[in-house]
Amino acid sequence: MKTVSPAEAIAIIPDGATLMIGGFMGVGTPERLIDELVRQGKRNLTVIANDTAVPGQGIGKLVDAGLVSRTIASHIGLNPETQKQMIAGKMAVDLIPQGTLIERIRAGGYGLGGVLTPTGVGTVVEEGKQKVQVDGKTYLVETALHAEFALIDAFLADYLGNLSYALTARNFNPVIAMAADTTIATAEHIVPVGLIAPDHVVTPAPLVDYLVTNG
Amino acid sequence: MLVNLGIGIPTMVANFVPDDVKVFFQSENGLIGTGPIPEQGMGHRLLTDAGGRPVTALPGACTFDSAMSFGLIRGGHVDITVLGALQVDAHGLLANWMIPGKMVPGMGGAMDLVTGAKRVIIAMQHTAKGKPKIVNKCTLPLTSARPVDLVVSELAVIGFPGGHATLLETGPGVTVEQVTAATEAKLTIADTISEMRL
Repeated sequence: MKTVSPAEAIAIIPDGATLMIGGFMGVGTPERLIDELVRQGKRNLTVIANDTAVPGQGIGKLVDAGLVSRTIASHIGLNPETQKQMIAGKMAVDLIPQGTLIERIRAGGYGLGGVLTPTGVGTVVEEGKQKVQVDGKTYLVETALHAEFALIDAFLADYLGNLSYALTARNFNPVIAMAADTTIATAEHIVPVGLIAPDHVVTPAPLVDYLVTNG
Repeated sequence: MLVNLGIGIPTMVANFVPDDVKVFFQSENGLIGTGPIPEQGMGHRLLTDAGGRPVTALPGACTFDSAMSFGLIRGGHVDITVLGALQVDAHGLLANWMIPGKMVPGMGGAMDLVTGAKRVIIAMQHTAKGKPKIVNKCTLPLTSARPVDLVVSELAVIGFPGGHATLLETGPGVTVEQVTAATEAKLTIADTISEMRL
């Protein structure tokens, strides 16, 4: 694990990268990394996240700046700018049931090729997908998702990179922390090793490649 | 009992829980024990519901990641979900997530909830701009192949025993004729129709 400034962290991300970004309607999104992506003008990004928040907040800032060419998300209904860019053909949007999205990401991080889910059977979601019967019930084969970079936000990080989360800011963060080649974490507080008790570590330090320094 | 409420009319269900029923409300962004909106100055920016609005957490609340949240939903651990609807058809199939060419917000958690919750209840206005929402066959994209269990509107309570839309209760002062007139799907009329108790 290396400690880096926000500028150094984002400098390693090339244009055209695929990013998984934590957060749910902006809660638990690494806002300082978003701001730095905008400042450095990283373009043609593919973003895998639950949603695109709202204009001016979280992932919404990347959309506002026109940096996203593809979004893979479960919900964009609260961001009119995302919908506008989708309709105008400026951004491709893949909409995926939320439970399927997080399981595809989890599968990616857990070394699985995908998951079998009943969600989407008999709807437009099943189009083009393989179906499998298990004990008489029909499931869709939903394949694993990977990214080059996971951008996550924790509440506590210790000096080694062990992470814990607060309240509803956990959401996608610990799952995407496992599903990318390189994981970059911000934390509200960086604290001495041991302050996060072993039982309270949610994301183990070896998963964190870069911890972004505070202040 | 674990309950997940959708946005809009379903959210209001939380105000009508009987005192003798212990209910945990789930917010699918990762919270069981969701409480009312906080008093002024008592909110926390990292404690919100699935719409991103500030909420409180009640005694016994717990938080978790999205994989567990949807494991709870898809895995049949949610006892009841109450959701809104655009259309419900004569067999209880639901469309509630998009209007092609008009409204494409994404399905969020709706497909998982309808597929996985033990009981799916629809809380909605009976009609939209005068047009029936309980139709013969949904023209909008379906949310799930699993039919809903109950529809509650201001006019009626409709169930789907044997896979057929069946009028079970009418709203206060509402006649059976008024319900059938506002419903496109052919309703089976239960032997005894009671009036909704409010």
